[in-house]
Amino acid sequence: MTLQVIAAILLALALAYLYSNLAANLRAAGLNISFAFLGSSAGYDINQTLIEYDSQASNFRAAIVGILNTLLVAFLACITATVLGVLAGVLRLSNNWLVRKLMAVYVEIFRNIPILIWIIIIFTIMTAVMPGARAYLGEDPERGLLGGLFAFTNRGVYTPAPIFTTGFGGAEGSGLNWLLVIAALVASFFGTRFMTARADKIQGETGVRPNTFFVNLAIWFVPLIILAFLLGLSWDMPDPLANRFNLRGGIQIGAPLIALWLALSVYTGAFIAENVRAGIQAVSKGQTEAAAALGIRPRRVMSLVVLPQALRVIIPPLISQYLNITKNSSLAIAVGYADVTATLGGITLNQTGRAIECVLLLMAFYLIISLSISAVMNVYNNSMKLKER
Amino acid sequence: MRVFLQRITAGVQSAGFIHPKVVENQEEVKMKKSIILGALTIAGLSAGAAAAGTLDDVKARGTLNCGVTTGLVGFAAPDANGEWVGFDVSVCRAVAAAVLGDATAVEFVPTTGKTRFTALSSGEIDLLARNTTWTFSRDTDLKFDFVGVNYYDGQGFLVPKALGVSSAKDLDGATVCIQTGTTTELNLADFFRANNISYEPVPIETNAEGTQQYLAGACDTYTTDASGLASTRATFENPGDHVLLPEIVSKEPLGPLVRHGDNEWGDIVRWTLNALITAEELGVSSTNVAEMATSTTNPEVARLLGTEGELGGMIGLDADWAKRAIESEGNYGEIFAKNIGEETPIGLARGLNAQWTDGGLLYSPPFR
Amino acid sequence: MSDTHEHSVAFVRTTDIEQQPAPSNAAGPVKWMRDNLFATWPNALLTVASAYVIYLILTATLPWILGGLWNTSSLAECREVLQGKSAACFSVLTDRWNQLLFGFKYPSEFYWRPTLALVLMFFALAPVLFFDLPRKLLIMTLLYPFVAYWLIWGGTIWVPVFALLGFIAGYFVYARFVAQNFALGFFGGVAAAAVVWYVAGFVVSMLAPESPLLASVPSRDLGGFMLNMMLGLTCVSLSIPLGIALALGRQSSMPLIKWMCVVFIEFIRGVPLITLLFVASVMLAYFFPPDATVDLFLRVVIMITIFSAAYIAEVVRGGLAALPKGQYEAADSLGLDYAQAMRLIILPQALKISIPGIVNIAVGLFKDTTLVSVISMFDLVGMIRGPILASTDWNGVYWELLGFAAVLFFVVCYGISQYSQWLERRLATDHR
Repeated sequence: MTLQVIAAILLALALAYLYSNLAANLRAAGLNISFAFLGSSAGYDINQTLIEYDSQASNFRAAIVGILNTLLVAFLACITATVLGVLAGVLRLSNNWLVRKLMAVYVEIFRNIPILIWIIIIFTIMTAVMPGARAYLGEDPERGLLGGLFAFTNRGVYTPAPIFTTGFGGAEGSGLNWLLVIAALVASFFGTRFMTARADKIQGETGVRPNTFFVNLAIWFVPLIILAFLLGLSWDMPDPLANRFNLRGGIQIGAPLIALWLALSVYTGAFIAENVRAGIQAVSKGQTEAAAALGIRPRRVMSLVVLPQALRVIIPPLISQYLNITKNSSLAIAVGYADVTATLGGITLNQTGRAIECVLLLMAFYLIISLSISAVMNVYNNSMKLKER
Repeated sequence: MRVFLQRITAGVQSAGFIHPKVVENQEEVKMKKSIILGALTIAGLSAGAAAAGTLDDVKARGTLNCGVTTGLVGFAAPDANGEWVGFDVSVCRAVAAAVLGDATAVEFVPTTGKTRFTALSSGEIDLLARNTTWTFSRDTDLKFDFVGVNYYDGQGFLVPKALGVSSAKDLDGATVCIQTGTTTELNLADFFRANNISYEPVPIETNAEGTQQYLAGACDTYTTDASGLASTRATFENPGDHVLLPEIVSKEPLGPLVRHGDNEWGDIVRWTLNALITAEELGVSSTNVAEMATSTTNPEVARLLGTEGELGGMIGLDADWAKRAIESEGNYGEIFAKNIGEETPIGLARGLNAQWTDGGLLYSPPFR
Repeated sequence: MSDTHEHSVAFVRTTDIEQQPAPSNAAGPVKWMRDNLFATWPNALLTVASAYVIYLILTATLPWILGGLWNTSSLAECREVLQGKSAACFSVLTDRWNQLLFGFKYPSEFYWRPTLALVLMFFALAPVLFFDLPRKLLIMTLLYPFVAYWLIWGGTIWVPVFALLGFIAGYFVYARFVAQNFALGFFGGVAAAAVVWYVAGFVVSMLAPESPLLASVPSRDLGGFMLNMMLGLTCVSLSIPLGIALALGRQSSMPLIKWMCVVFIEFIRGVPLITLLFVASVMLAYFFPPDATVDLFLRVVIMITIFSAAYIAEVVRGGLAALPKGQYEAADSLGLDYAQAMRLIILPQALKISIPGIVNIAVGLFKDTTLVSVISMFDLVGMIRGPILASTDWNGVYWELLGFAAVLFFVVCYGISQYSQWLERRLATDHR
């Protein structure tokens, strides 16, 4: 008890000391702490935005743009890193010597070199190896669009963009159309879940599993096709003739985003590969042998016996890798991708000089993200706890 | 407890990690201690501390802490031997020569666009000479004092000749690489909005990466201060293949700045800069300054070099302060020619930075 | 398990497997290749595809590396010599070798000092890394920080001497009283050390000679790979004790202390290192006494140390949690108090379990020291992105420089992780 009181007093003293220093310093410099700058106009443009933004928007909106960009690149990188990691992790246990060694080299190289160096290297590769945008421009370009649809340049990748011509908002289109699409996708997801559950039930009762593949396919695609028809889906193609500097139209995925996305994916993929390998190896050999002894086919052994047990080991470190991806995405400033560190903690900080406020907001954002991911992880861990009898 | 901490801090100080701002002025230290003690008890209610004299600090320390860029050839960059050289660096050295009598007694603190203001307002540096644009909000809201302008700059555009662009207004839809740092992003947004044309900004942290992007064709044009563009172009393999567009889209008066409130120190830096400018106007250079000091008949030269009048004493320095500054670094014209002038790879013309007598903007108030 | 029987029916074979040919018992490379590279058709395809990938990578890089130039004085000269051929211009490495390793400000006549410190580092680390060496060698390890500080920063020798004396005094007081009571010993030791440092604050300034034996070098002048090494080593060694303390605090039964540790750990682990470095570079200055500024190096060390301490605390907590409850109960039943139980029973075992995790954190931290380049410190990456690529001579040599940095980090980090694996095997004393 005495120890606690002493600790409390020490903590209070330390905080008071820091606070008094801060107050004295700020007073000496004539500064104050104020978040009023968030409301004033940001004054700078951002090239990759998920929401409406122009240079007249407020610093707060610029920060939101940055937050969405952070979440975008983190989300994309989580998916690709998982795919890459699982692939590499499984291949590391392959019985092909060459593949095994190749994957070991991949894992070691990427794990042992700082992510900052990888981001810079991949960005440099992007700019140096990919063709310039001008190669695609004009009446008689050096390069044609791939299949008339895609252009790969060192400024980024251009793809056709879906637009809805007869849905909500008329030819201009509106966010409501996209909400509809998302709603349809969610409904399809639950539809397939239901079908799978039903198939499980039937299999449990009769021993014969009904084929759900085509039904599921229909559940996914039929609503989308109907929606596309109703809303007048058409494609906005990248146009090489509209502008002398850049392709116009379509979606442009900027080179900084791609470089950061790739770098985060391959770097984290190497760590995930190790987690996957450890997870698979953690399933004792007896399990595989027992399954084989029961006469389960080799491919089924993996999906029915090994993976479900390995997942229990793999998922917790996997989620902390997702956390790392989110945190490492703050290195976007090295390639000029407008994530929250580059907008709020970069240009806004630079131009307003409000260092303390910006850094505090930045830390608060990352903290909220991390704590929410940790909360999800705790829920998962509790639900996956081995229920021993 | 407080005193105890102070002693231990003194130990760490002698290990070189903590740099006292005030060494001499014991009175002040005591006063501050009591203020902090007061603040500890009634946190936040204590009276404001008196601004410490930067001049006393610098003299006591024996070196000038000067904030510069992390590397912009011509303005401030370490050379192959690690010595800082450049236009902004010379200002720091001139101030050190005037105040301390030794142009090499400067600690150069590399700062980024992000860290520079904190470094100055927290007292880590005494003077920031880092191509920083003098703007209203920096002067007022951020509580700094710009002491003058050592380079009149403006934001320009660098484009490959092969692109066939002759005006920045033709850049509709172009991808623009921006070296972040001064007020570049804001000017760019204003310019394109005013002309109602669109662009794709690519903000780049370091000049080296901006150059790499630009040369690889990942952007159509590269924008930052025109002086910086010239200095960047000088490092290209074929500088002749690239042109600076005629439009200068902003006013960028770049100058050294100090903390607001320490007017004595501000005066010293301001008049050191003015001394360099006046010296060029009056024909005093590093080669003839010693001779001029003894033989001049021009009363203003005499006042500048301290053979007549008491100007040095008025700003708390000795009579030879300006003479030393000019002797060590040369006058404004020499500094310009040596670091960024037409003879150097950077090759900037004087332009706006000529003396007012030559049609430029440099106009120092008189020394009297 | 009875209900799963019907479940598995559909997955079980209903027909016999066809008779297989007898296994060939040939040996030699052909047999090895057939087993390991071309076991099945898809496997063979995979092999060919991998071999093709390797071929592509090698043909792209090998001629470039082997044709590299090593002794030109600028990129322009390289291009002249190569005349349009594609080959590396490694001359940038030879030309800027010292800058890459020591930064551009460290006085060139003193390069031997950090080099010597590096060599001594191996001697100092050896007894820690390899348990078989005589324990007396640990003295070297304990002396090393003071020697290395003196070598790298220079200045009066009395600073490290008194710092060391403080620790020695603290240790003696601790050793004298710890038998009675751990808290008494610990706090007595801290107090004794503080008293010595208090006195040293007066004495050093009197003893300091005008021109010390080793000229002092301000920490702003440190740079290059040396800075990465120093930050990595300092922060890891400082954060281990801090991390252990945090882990114990988090396991503590006292709610206030537990709560403080949890908040601290979760806060630090929740934010990216770069924001902490922003704190060090733009915010921390406001939190120090108004009459002094603290070196950027020290501020960065503080932030990186608390960053890695939070992670190490989690690893150690894992180690503490992995110990069987019986160990705690056994310690209690022997009548040991908390400090004794921790010091003699729990921590030795928990730390042993945590060592691989701690080494992983250390490797990650060492890699993360490159982030200081973002806040205007010239570490290896900072030197490359800043002064070297910005210079007129070497504007445009990305691959050579980035490749060099990558190789340097790879060698160090791979070395450490190999050590960690060796250690893991060494320490595996569990019951098999």
